[in-house]
Amino acid sequence: MNLLTLQEYWWFLVSVIGALFVFMMFVQGGQTLLYRLGHTEDERDLIINSLGRKWEITFTMLVMFGGALFAAFPLFYAVSFGGAYFVWMAILFCFIIQAVAYEYRKKAANFYGEKFYETLLYINGSLGIFLVGVAVGTLFTGGNFVVNSSHLSHWTMQSYGLEALLNPFNVAFGLMLVFLSRMQAGLYFLNSLDAPAIIDRIKKVVTVNFIMFLILFLFVVGMILFQKGLVYNPLTGIVSVKSMKFLHSFLDMPILIVFLVVGVVSLLWGVFIALVKSNDKAIWFTGFGVIVTVTVVFLILGLDNSVYYPSLADMQSSLTIANSSGSHYTLSVMALVSVLVPVVAGYIFFVWRSMDRTKLTIDEIKSDSHHY
Amino acid sequence: MEHTALLVDWSRAQFALTALYHWLFVPLTLGLTFIVAIMETIYVKTGDEKWKTITRYWMGLLAINFAIGLATGIIMEFQFGTNWSNYSWIVGDIFGAPLAIEGLMAFFMESTFFAVMFFGWNKVSKKMHLTSTWLVAIGSNLSALWILLANGWMQHPVGMQFNPDTARNEMHNFWEILFNPNGVSKFLHTVSSGYVLASLFVIGISAWYLLKKRDTEFARRSIIVASSFGLLASMYLITTGDQSAHQVALSQPMKLASMEGLYKGKDKAGIVAFGLLNNSKEIGDKKETFDFKVEIPDALSFLAYHNTNSFVAGIDDLVYGNPKHNIMSVREKMKMGKVAVTALGEYKTYKKEHDKVHAQEALKTFQANEKYMGYGYLKKPTDAVPSVALVFYSFHTMVGLGSWFLILFIITLYYSMRNKLHTKRWIQYLALFTLPFGWVAQETGWITAEAGRQPWAIQGLLPVGMATSNVAATSVIITFGLFAILFTSLLIAEVRIMLKQIKTGPEGH
Ligand code: HDD
Ligand code: HEM
Ligand code: HEM
Repeated sequence: MNLLTLQEYWWFLVSVIGALFVFMMFVQGGQTLLYRLGHTEDERDLIINSLGRKWEITFTMLVMFGGALFAAFPLFYAVSFGGAYFVWMAILFCFIIQAVAYEYRKKAANFYGEKFYETLLYINGSLGIFLVGVAVGTLFTGGNFVVNSSHLSHWTMQSYGLEALLNPFNVAFGLMLVFLSRMQAGLYFLNSLDAPAIIDRIKKVVTVNFIMFLILFLFVVGMILFQKGLVYNPLTGIVSVKSMKFLHSFLDMPILIVFLVVGVVSLLWGVFIALVKSNDKAIWFTGFGVIVTVTVVFLILGLDNSVYYPSLADMQSSLTIANSSGSHYTLSVMALVSVLVPVVAGYIFFVWRSMDRTKLTIDEIKSDSHHY
Repeated sequence: MEHTALLVDWSRAQFALTALYHWLFVPLTLGLTFIVAIMETIYVKTGDEKWKTITRYWMGLLAINFAIGLATGIIMEFQFGTNWSNYSWIVGDIFGAPLAIEGLMAFFMESTFFAVMFFGWNKVSKKMHLTSTWLVAIGSNLSALWILLANGWMQHPVGMQFNPDTARNEMHNFWEILFNPNGVSKFLHTVSSGYVLASLFVIGISAWYLLKKRDTEFARRSIIVASSFGLLASMYLITTGDQSAHQVALSQPMKLASMEGLYKGKDKAGIVAFGLLNNSKEIGDKKETFDFKVEIPDALSFLAYHNTNSFVAGIDDLVYGNPKHNIMSVREKMKMGKVAVTALGEYKTYKKEHDKVHAQEALKTFQANEKYMGYGYLKKPTDAVPSVALVFYSFHTMVGLGSWFLILFIITLYYSMRNKLHTKRWIQYLALFTLPFGWVAQETGWITAEAGRQPWAIQGLLPVGMATSNVAATSVIITFGLFAILFTSLLIAEVRIMLKQIKTGPEGH
């Protein structure tokens, strides 16, 4: 395979992993709904235990996303993580606190009390997801970095990434993910809990979060399609501005339009059957829709001579899949390793199925000595 | 790009802090997953419900430990980007791969089957449950494999080439990285150290029950499993430790000399079994190295090269050179390194000006001196020496404790097999008091390995001073403080919960 094909392949994989991560964010969304949906202690325990069987997959997805970027696009890893330092650190802190919260929340002598750990989960679910969204938003809006001729980089703002919070697009992107994850959480509970009281409260949550999500989604997509974008010349590597760059990319790659439509329709269909028909399988439709849509959004960033991480400080420092990737050899080795992806996906699916064969009930949790 | 000493020191401090924290939990996970897998296997084989109680009890403690292992682990991965971004670019082409493979091969396996292991008792068949438990054990050990191959590569970089056009090292042979002898011995030594720690953990806590005269049957069975496992593991640990030292001798002679406080190289070098370093000793002077020492003759030569007659280079030889033994001085290496750095700069300039002839010339000069490029960034020859006292004492603490653990396992296995342990209070006390030293050995092991590698981030190639991100030192100081507070708070909670669970005991479970 030639280098460009490998770079595209890896961008595709990174996109899919990113999309799966966004799908799995229903865990975080659920954490923010703990008190909204769970009115009694038993109900809250049920919610926590249901999410608690899944949270590690989300967590690992984030780790995998980082690992894949490091292996395939080390320059991005270096430029963004080392530059937008505070944003990434804040994201990490939001995830560090999640890792202990499930296990320690109900334990005797947990030192800070149950409420404390619930707060950690709330921060992870709200601020954590919001910041991830802001960070992804900067792939469209850019960062303040300069890459020198030895490919070493530095950030030109002392706020080290926090300035991204001033950009409305980034903020909208972040909020969009928060509402999406909350909506998804509602649909997940619909699918996995056997607790009528909670189920009754879900519809309203889904409706509200869906509407908020939709508004932000339309805004974000509109901005993406109609804003200026950067392109690079594949022969010289020189970066230049192009109006309505991403709209052009869509027109250049009509297949992505098809996928985008499929994704959005599937998502809408899922919401529809949940709200109108109270169908508990809705999460699979919205989930599929989310995965496809997010993959398309990432792909549009990387392919078609796009710049996927514009530099606001020095346009020619901007990152493209061509100028930021690992070597041909490494990408090939990693491409071979990637045959494991379906294996991993396979056993995750298998385990998920065998663990979720029946819906979770409050009684089941009470009868099992090990629970969160 | 040069960095201020302040930035470099704080970046190192932050990495050390987070790594040392992560390492409090990881080795226990590595070993305890195996121990519970063994216990569950016995349960499935015998059908004895007591074994199920035992398994589930230790699993409960494992879960508490595992959670905080994850919390401290996520930062480790991203920290390469946030705090060592030059490093991430310069060696990311090689270093990123094992990290990604680790995620794909190991972390998913762990986290997926972890859920079955804890919540699947009544949801899946006994067989599938047992399989899941084993897969968690295998997964956690696989994650160790990949991360330690990455670390082994830092100690002994192989399988790559410097690409002058991208100014980075690029992978050119994956197999060399996979079978890097340094990485392999690191992996074997480190996972077995985890087995030892977990065995000490099980034995120590069980001994506490014996001291309290409660849950004695539970304690006895746990001790038998853990002592057998621990004894095998610690014999293996010592063998692989020896192997590690041999690898260090071959690829990091400066580290070896520091581990032993050896300034003047010699044939038939002995090992200082116990010693106090002379604080006023400086590199190159004639003072005695030790105020006091107990030495085992010839042992170092043997440990390092598996031959009692071989010459072991000392710090002075390595810094000032030793023509008789063909050792180049650091000054010479620095000279060549500077030539390489300059030539690389010229190569780039000529290339920009499309001056092919001069570019080729510069490239030739560069390649002739490339091997010592890293030395070109050192300021003075003694910069090539790590902190001898830190490395020396750490190494000796680890080895001393390792020998003691072996003896302890023999004692506990012997008495528990003869069903006499519950009457021997002195052994129970010994086992309990040894437990914290399990962690001491772990942490000092890593300090030996990592502090002994200084000043290199990548041995001989990339000094730490070059490797950090280009952020303000204050930013790193802030995050260091936050990590210190956060991790310490989590650790307090973890210890409290753990102690409470132990007090409650297996029956309350
Ligand atoms: C329970 C913990 C423990 C114990 C008892 C020992 N070790 Fe160890 N040792 C480790 C835990 C450890 C470790 C934490 O796993 C390290 C850190 C890095 C590594 O590769 O393993 C290590 C590193 C390490 C290194 C440095 C490797 C390097 O720099 O690449 C050497 C030479 C040894 N060990 C040798 C020994 C010997 C000869 C022992 C004899 C008893 C011994 N260790 C006991
Ligand atoms: C700088 C190096 C390291 C990095 C980047 C790193 C990274 C990580 C990450 C990201 C996690 C969370 C995994 C998840 O999402 O499931 C983790 C946990 C873990 N790490 Fe590390 N780690 C490092 C050092 C080590 C070492 C040296 C070992 C073993 C020898 C190790 C073994 C483990 C294990 C077994 C776990 C999971 C079990 C637990 O939580 O206790 N790590 N690490
Ligand atoms: C989890 C077990 C580990 C522990 C306890 C540990 C310990 C340490 C310590 C004490 C330092 C500071 C050394 C100094 O500055 O003098 C350090 C630095 C460092 N270690 Fe490790 N280490 C571990 C695993 C790893 C692994 C697996 C890797 C790489 C894969 C790694 C990479 C580094 C790097 C990049 C630095 C910073 C640069 C430097 O100071 O050399 N460490 N580590």
